[in-house]
Amino acid sequence: MAKPQNQRLIVSTTTSLYETGLLDVLETEFEKKHSSIDVAFLSQGTGLAIQTAMRGDADMILVHDPARELKFLQDGYGVNRKVIAYNFFVIVGPKEDPVGINGLSPVQALTKIKGAGKNGSVEWVSRGDDSGTHTKEKRLWTAGGFSVSDLREKSWYLEAGQGMTATLKLTDEKLAYTLCDLGSYLNNYKKGNIQLEVLVEEGEDTLNVYSAIANNPKHFDLSGTSFNASIRFLDFLISEETQEILADFGNEEFDSPLFNPYIPLLASGSNPEMLQWIQELAYFDGTECPQECRYQEGDLYR
Amino acid sequence: MFDTIMAALGEAFHLIISGNHEVYSIVWRSLGVSGLATLLACLWGIPIAIALGLYSFPGKKLLMSLSNAFLGIPTVALGLLLFLLWSQSGPLGFMSLLYTPIGIAIGQSILITPILVSFTSSALNSTDVEMSDLAKTLGASTFQTNFAIIREALWAILLAVTASFSRAFAELGVAMMVGGNIRNVTRVLTTFIALETAKGEIAFSLALGIILMAIILSITLLLNYCRRE
Amino acid sequence: MSLKLQLNNVSKRYGNTKAIDSISFDAEGNNIIALLGVNGSGKTTLLRTIAGLERADEGSLSINNEELGLPELRKIATLVFQRTVMFSRSVYDNLAFGLRIRGLEKEKIAGEVSKALEAVGLRDLDRRKAKKTSGGEQQRIALARAFLLNPKILLLDEPTANLDVSSAKIVEEIIKNRRTKDCVIILATHNLHQAKRLADEIFHIHEGRILERATPAEFFTNPRNENTKRFINGELQF
Repeated sequence: MAKPQNQRLIVSTTTSLYETGLLDVLETEFEKKHSSIDVAFLSQGTGLAIQTAMRGDADMILVHDPARELKFLQDGYGVNRKVIAYNFFVIVGPKEDPVGINGLSPVQALTKIKGAGKNGSVEWVSRGDDSGTHTKEKRLWTAGGFSVSDLREKSWYLEAGQGMTATLKLTDEKLAYTLCDLGSYLNNYKKGNIQLEVLVEEGEDTLNVYSAIANNPKHFDLSGTSFNASIRFLDFLISEETQEILADFGNEEFDSPLFNPYIPLLASGSNPEMLQWIQELAYFDGTECPQECRYQEGDLYR
Repeated sequence: MFDTIMAALGEAFHLIISGNHEVYSIVWRSLGVSGLATLLACLWGIPIAIALGLYSFPGKKLLMSLSNAFLGIPTVALGLLLFLLWSQSGPLGFMSLLYTPIGIAIGQSILITPILVSFTSSALNSTDVEMSDLAKTLGASTFQTNFAIIREALWAILLAVTASFSRAFAELGVAMMVGGNIRNVTRVLTTFIALETAKGEIAFSLALGIILMAIILSITLLLNYCRRE
Repeated sequence: MSLKLQLNNVSKRYGNTKAIDSISFDAEGNNIIALLGVNGSGKTTLLRTIAGLERADEGSLSINNEELGLPELRKIATLVFQRTVMFSRSVYDNLAFGLRIRGLEKEKIAGEVSKALEAVGLRDLDRRKAKKTSGGEQQRIALARAFLLNPKILLLDEPTANLDVSSAKIVEEIIKNRRTKDCVIILATHNLHQAKRLADEIFHIHEGRILERATPAEFFTNPRNENTKRFINGELQF
């Protein structure tokens, strides 16, 4: 039970992470260890999650959009970024797969979908909400040599402008295709919300990396932030126990883990290819957090 | 806070005069969808209101209580219900209303029917006694008396229609759940605001909110102006 | 032959109280009858019953020996309410209402309306919003609106109660000029002087009954009923 003198730690995070239920598990575990801290999660799109933190209405962020994370750090709002976990985006579509993208690479699949869309035989659903998932989708189209602003004018390119679950339902109803993080997909599939199948699986292009960043207490607007609690939470996230929880999460309910812990991967060096992918995507000049964006980091980067 | 509001006011003004294509098309779609919703609601709401306001019949009390109870129906709950009904796997999936502007309009018309019925019937009710005696003593039949009362309550009814339209125009739940906020198809002002807020475009969202309020205010003022004329 | 109105044992109850209790009387055209009585004595209910706005619980009303129901009564009897009610339309539309209902042609209506407005001295007011006119004007509009229907029974409920002295005088003149053999005028008032000035006959209504029926001269000089005496002396209170 929350006691009034407890410190409050507000973490603004993305809907795709929140909707899986992982954060509830983490909250319980964390509060067991730190009974004087109450954790509250704000589930928002990545854009708003970062804005909320910048206004001082949250103490830290847990998001998946490296480019915007870097900007958050560089603008002086965030310190002590840690890469926590990763998984993959998948392209999902109707079981019958009318376009025939099963087993293709993401870019090949998008190219084929665009061709079919032109003929009016299928639709693509975009999150269209500037979320981390949306950013990833735009990067995939761009990687295939397509202009997103041209695509937006096509009638087969639908922009949902909603969270992942709503977007999946829309895709399901329309028998269309969409890009989705694996966690949200499995969550909705197992609940019977959708009949969509995963058609394009993991690859370098669809890597999805989650990071946590504490608010910078030295920033003028953020002096009231619960910095100590943020550091505790960061320590907690990268601890062995928590990383194990991450690795197990979803096994029971979805017969498949939703996330892969990053710390063991980094420590063991057992999968250099994956490590390289992650660092190419989510490291800035070879580091997960530039030196000048660290503050009282303690053992975080040992 | 103050800065954000000033920025939003400036942005709203800019959006209006610059003729931002996307904003304008969304405004027109919102007006069309909620206008259609209001029209539909009038189609069945006004006759029900006349029955409730001017006639006695068995079940009238029950119908009035029902109508009052549904005044505060949560828009998301209604939206969800319609979503399930109209989903491809739902019982009314064959109607193909999900993710269409018509679907939103029908949902909104259901949403505003209780408001329209309550406001209109109470307008008729409050006009009733003296006016109806006057009409009767001047020789009007029951039908002619009711016609005179409806005519007398016309402005109050128009006000009820306007209030219903405003409710439809400003609601989010049905538009989001039934419409799906699909760009260029079912995106209306409120779902656009929700999206831009989720994206963290606070000033832009607020500007859209200002436009929404300005439209509702203009319609109400226009009605008041016409009434005085 | 002049018009004849008959009431036969007419009663009207509201819940357990009898607002009017077995009232019977005859009245002929070319007569003005004043109903006198304290507030709550049943004057208004009697007027409303004769006007066909209330259904009598017992008894019957007839005109020229023909018993009439509510719709027929409403066609031939018109009540001018104590609190004037105006449709939120122009003065012209207010006057034209009853004629339009009777299906008259447009030109005919225009003629009748201007005649009626002329008679109450409000010729220039026809385009004005009725609700924007003064209390005295509204009372005259209400009278004109009733007059132009040529009702066989004209019922007036406290026609001058809310008016200043000069307006009241104008209204009384208008009522006096309205006397014809095809029309019985019944007016409820609590103003003894008005009854004396206008009426050919005075009914004293008390607790839903007619206690006294007499010409003004008799009524004021030689009332038979004890309660009527007390009423005239101002001793009967509501």
